[in-house]
Amino acid sequence: MNDYDRFVLDGRPVHFERGQSILEAALASGAYIPNLCHHPEFKPHGSCKLCTVKVNGRFGSACTIKAMPGQEVASDTPELNGIRRVLLQMLFVEGNHFCPGCERSGNCNLQALAYDLEMLTPHYQHFFPARELDASHPDVMLDFNRCIMCELCVRASRDFDGKNVFALAGRGTASHVVVNCPSGKLGDTDFALSDKAASVCPVGAILHKRVGFAVPIGERRYDLAPISAQVPTQQAEEA
Amino acid sequence: MTTTETGLGSFLELTLKQHGSDPGRLVQILLDVQAHYSHVAPQVIEILAEGLGLTVGAVESTLDFYSFLTREPTGAYRILCSDNITDRMLGNQAIFDHMARRLGVSRGKVSADGLVSLDFTSCTGMCDQGPAILVNGIAVTKMTLHRADQICDLVRSRVPLAHWPSDLFRVEHNIRRADMLLAADFNPGSALRAAVEMGRDAYLAEVKRSNLRGRGGAGFTTGVKWEAARNARGDARYIVCNADEGEPGTFKDRVLLQFYAERVFEGMALAAFVVGAKLGLVYLRGEYLYMRAQLEEKLAELRAARLLGGTILGVQGFDFDIEIHMGAGAYICGEETALIESLEGKAGRPRIRPPFPVSVGYRGQPTVVNNVETLCKVTEIALHGGAWYEGFGTKQSTGTKVLSVAGDVERPGIYEYPFGVRIAQVLEDAGAKNPRAVQVSGAAGQCLTSREFGRRIAFEDVPTAGSIMVFGGHRDMFEVARNFAQFFQHESCGFCTPCRVGTTIQARIMAKIAAGHGTQYEMNELQHLCQVMRTASHCGLGLTAGTAITDMIDRFREDFEKRLARRDFEPAFDLDAALARAREITGRDDADSRLLSDA
Repeated sequence: MNDYDRFVLDGRPVHFERGQSILEAALASGAYIPNLCHHPEFKPHGSCKLCTVKVNGRFGSACTIKAMPGQEVASDTPELNGIRRVLLQMLFVEGNHFCPGCERSGNCNLQALAYDLEMLTPHYQHFFPARELDASHPDVMLDFNRCIMCELCVRASRDFDGKNVFALAGRGTASHVVVNCPSGKLGDTDFALSDKAASVCPVGAILHKRVGFAVPIGERRYDLAPISAQVPTQQAEEA
Repeated sequence: MTTTETGLGSFLELTLKQHGSDPGRLVQILLDVQAHYSHVAPQVIEILAEGLGLTVGAVESTLDFYSFLTREPTGAYRILCSDNITDRMLGNQAIFDHMARRLGVSRGKVSADGLVSLDFTSCTGMCDQGPAILVNGIAVTKMTLHRADQICDLVRSRVPLAHWPSDLFRVEHNIRRADMLLAADFNPGSALRAAVEMGRDAYLAEVKRSNLRGRGGAGFTTGVKWEAARNARGDARYIVCNADEGEPGTFKDRVLLQFYAERVFEGMALAAFVVGAKLGLVYLRGEYLYMRAQLEEKLAELRAARLLGGTILGVQGFDFDIEIHMGAGAYICGEETALIESLEGKAGRPRIRPPFPVSVGYRGQPTVVNNVETLCKVTEIALHGGAWYEGFGTKQSTGTKVLSVAGDVERPGIYEYPFGVRIAQVLEDAGAKNPRAVQVSGAAGQCLTSREFGRRIAFEDVPTAGSIMVFGGHRDMFEVARNFAQFFQHESCGFCTPCRVGTTIQARIMAKIAAGHGTQYEMNELQHLCQVMRTASHCGLGLTAGTAITDMIDRFREDFEKRLARRDFEPAFDLDAALARAREITGRDDADSRLLSDA
């Protein structure tokens, strides 16, 4: 390792490959930067803003900034974690997230990040939006109450499955994921349980039917160790 | 489903054909459909998707993004009242209420007979002649109760818009101070001829020499932008004129387009000459639909004069033409990458930058996006040279700036000054009445008090895209802040978390304070929220969405504090209000069914 292929993250050198983003390089080196809309197989999206870092004194998203030699990146600081906590609170009040009854509890990235960043309350007034359920598909249920607009399902279905089942519509807080067919029902699409899009949701908006708490709460992924401590695991699973 | 089965065939087929079944023209197609059917029905979405080779979701994604496009029918007459703070100060609410009463229709609803619908809309760029409204997209200015009655009668009698008295649609230029741009005569073709004589490298050198900076607000050096687009690798190059003048309180581009269009178009041709572009696109905000026909005529004239089209001025290979694209009611499309997305027929969500449009822009090709005013300025440089131009204004902000002045002034309108003019000078010239505050550069700009009126309009001091809104001594700055908060909530594109959710929380906190339930706690919350949005947002909208509000808290705290409840904290959840529904269902309204507010 020399100075031409590394930057400094929270005081430690991180090696990067040409073309990698700060987030990709950090995760590859085993260092965690919080993120929700990132996925190693898809193009950077930059919408959740959880990976906001300070690069040479300027704020930006680690997932969209290319790693460069000489960068001083601050990530795990009280200031940035404070901002991230607010972003998480925003996501929690914007949707309807009832963790105790959610099948994804313990495997949910939103919940795991909230625990890890010590988000103790939602802080803001809940929006309580009226959002739809779609149980029309034989194997998959959509619960848009839990959607955080990360568009991972949109990207997975379009770029990986080649089916283009989902799209983001609307503006502002009226933004919402729509199912890409005349009826707007998942059951009327060629969506399948084996699609990448069926298992890419970081929260509990896309749920597999007839799978209920097979692993009990308390023994689930993020019950065992916080999300920030599972970087290598994440890499192995996704590889 | 085929088009003939639905009986929608001929119009949609024709529309698709007119637009070459190009999915990139989806916004334009949807605007045509909206104008024809007063909405975009589900079966129409399917037909369009099929005809354009798009998915239903892609059409819906675009449709749901723009305020002027609707899934439900609007009235045959769709009336939208401009709701900028300057319209409010001129009494737009009274006019709205009067029309609602006379037409028997409530906000956001369609009358039972389907004749008329009534709603508010973001600033329509008529702040110097408000309150303004749009009737089926066409601007009507200087609304009074008398005019409201006149319009209600015309609507009731179902008089087609084309037969309405033309004085309703008159839009004044209100040019109060003209300087090097607005006062000069312009002979169409003269700037192009001068540039062609110089040659493109020499002309580009002049533009760089002038140190001209973009007039849209960001102030990027125009010559550098052009050079970057020229040198970028690409199969085609494009010139885009950003005429999506949505910043509340800004209307100078409207005047330039309406009265100086040949300058704007010639500026685009000059950019094309330097960069090597064949096609130019004007992104005209939907609110300026009224001038579209006139602009198309002007383009036809320029084509006839061989100042547009093939072999311009006889120069082999200098082929350039201009198309007008309409916006559809989305402030965010003033952001250049959102604008490009919209030009491509998509929802206006800003792209990740870099890459910048100069390397990857419209249809993935190198694209210059310039503001209307910037394009006028490049004609001056072609005619008089960069050194001459550099002699005006300040060292870092050369030339003149066109300002839109509105609010509590005797002479609202357009003022052109060399850069470096003091705000006090502008206020004096416009006849400001006892000004208490000035909001510079719109809702996204900054708020200044009388102590700061000695500051100068310049990129290095008080930068502005052109809006100056003046608030007199009697104005309540809390109401100004609340208006801006509502604006940003409405206009956030929803892409990134901090802006999508933050602008809504901000508007809710302002509503809570307005209702008398705010405390010091809410004031701190607003400051904190602004900081998070400023730090983490994806684009300029979110970055600035809290600026004016915190500026006003800092400078006019008393306007906020007089509304606060005298407590340290009051919950957002109102227990008594929550029981209202239960009272309604049970038909009770006795003392026991209520919670005392001080309990």
